[in-house]
Amino acid sequence: MLMTTLMIGLVLGGTYSLAALGMTMQYGVARIMNLAYGELMITASFATFVLFSTFEINPLLALPAVATGGFILSYVIYGLLMSPLAKRASDAGALEVDSILVTFGLLFLLQGILLVIFGADFTSYTFLNTPVEIFGVVLAANRLIALVAAVVLGGGLYLFINNSRWGRNLRAVATNPENAPLVGIDLERTARTAFAVGGMLAALAGVIVSMFQTFTATAGVIFTMKALIVVIMGGVGNFMGALLSGLILGLVEALVSSYIDPGLTLAAVYLIFLVILLWRPQGLYGKG
Amino acid sequence: MFKVSYLAFALISGGLFSAPYILDSYGLGLMVGIASYVGLATAWSIFSGPTRYISLATVAFYGIGAYTMAVLGEHLAYPAILLVSLLIGAVLSLIVGVATLRLAGVYFVIFSFGLTELVVQLVTWFEVNVTGELGRYIFLELETRHIYWMLLSIAIFTLLISWGIKRSRIGLALRVIGDDEMVAKHSGIHITNIKLILFALSASIMTLIGAVQAPRWVYVEPSIVFNPVVSFLTVIMALFGGSNRLFGPVFGVIPLFLLFEWLSANFPNHYSIILGILFIGIVFVLPRGVLAFFEENYAKISSRIGRNTAEGDIK
Repeated sequence: MLMTTLMIGLVLGGTYSLAALGMTMQYGVARIMNLAYGELMITASFATFVLFSTFEINPLLALPAVATGGFILSYVIYGLLMSPLAKRASDAGALEVDSILVTFGLLFLLQGILLVIFGADFTSYTFLNTPVEIFGVVLAANRLIALVAAVVLGGGLYLFINNSRWGRNLRAVATNPENAPLVGIDLERTARTAFAVGGMLAALAGVIVSMFQTFTATAGVIFTMKALIVVIMGGVGNFMGALLSGLILGLVEALVSSYIDPGLTLAAVYLIFLVILLWRPQGLYGKG
Repeated sequence: MFKVSYLAFALISGGLFSAPYILDSYGLGLMVGIASYVGLATAWSIFSGPTRYISLATVAFYGIGAYTMAVLGEHLAYPAILLVSLLIGAVLSLIVGVATLRLAGVYFVIFSFGLTELVVQLVTWFEVNVTGELGRYIFLELETRHIYWMLLSIAIFTLLISWGIKRSRIGLALRVIGDDEMVAKHSGIHITNIKLILFALSASIMTLIGAVQAPRWVYVEPSIVFNPVVSFLTVIMALFGGSNRLFGPVFGVIPLFLLFEWLSANFPNHYSIILGILFIGIVFVLPRGVLAFFEENYAKISSRIGRNTAEGDIK
């Protein structure tokens, strides 16, 4: 019983970590709190669904194409909506408020488009639903993919950001945007690329989630909230923090739902979030 | 000049009270919505206008008010329920305020949103597990016009409070806080206390509006009374009108409320898309609200006319 709960929690947590990686990139480097993040994930889920059910394209093969789509879409969104705001903003606070309001509008826009195309029904498809046994616990293969992808991507990004030249630019912009241009870093280009990579990660998460979870056109908000909770728990811009917090959140949900009351899982999530926000707004692993 | 605007305010308010004798039931329904949102958006602006803290917790307080009415509807006298809901709103907002007002920017936005979700989850869980039923019925002998008169009174009262605050020492302190918190702190302004009072005031009004409006639904359940769209509409209306001006929210509510009514009647499927585009448009085109936009452009136009006549004089 406990082992099963723990495994379910870890797999669930993998999904949350995966969803949070892109958001921590967008908020940490590009300084855009993207409230339409979950809608981007759901858009990717629907794209995968259409590719699979209409054109019979394997979701694992669709993954690179949909991820590229997420990159391009986010790149364009940054250029059209965020970049004028960043130029107009007198200080970081003004950009924060403006970007929240604009991505808020984007949330409704994307959700509305999805509703018009796909309706409000629950959608799902069956793929890789083969049972796999680990530590005596039987899990579906498609769920395990989420955990593996989160660990590989999270660890990979962490290493990449800490060891590559591009990663150094990102860190410079994230920690000190005023002085980064002094050492020859193009602020606008770095922010735009970071935002686009964040969008790509959101699309990746959307593809993987669609393999094992039913989704609706209006489910984006829940993903945005969970990703946000993970990002803030882990410390903004901290990939390792996001990975660990996501797993913790998944474990908490699994434990609450099997030992306390399934009706209280979401309440527990929000409670943890509010407490952490008040106690350590810089995040569990953040400096401050 | 000022005497004229006092008189106009009194006349318009008086006129609005006679609306139920003139309008049909559809028109009165619209007026109820407008009065309710004028109250909500003005109350929102009392706190968020000067502090620039974007609060998405409007519906948390509004919904708590509505639920108080639903729970106590058959057990207490009507005025007593209103008083209780006002007290609940005040106490809750003071607790929330003490806990959250040290958060700024995006953290406050997300907190206020998370708070609403937490309240919804807890109320749903309580209703399902403790009372055993999710929905509640409200049977009160109130007609639409009674609700309208009460909402209108609250809206006017809220405007008067907002006006009073702007003219008082607190108003001055608020402008300093809005411009630069550091300066405010060094000139001896008790920032936290002022913010706390305003937050509690604003939230109590929202709770009262929820309680007054609850009988309109007859049937109440968490997903109806805690609909997050209420919070979003309040923000967009206040920002559209201009949350830093006394009548800003009023000028935001009237056109947007009518527009949303028309959209949801005629384009129910595209409602969300249009709402999204409006949100984006307002941030880009009218960052300080429609009133400020007209004033700035009015100043520009009149100065151009002034310059032309001046040049004409020289010739």
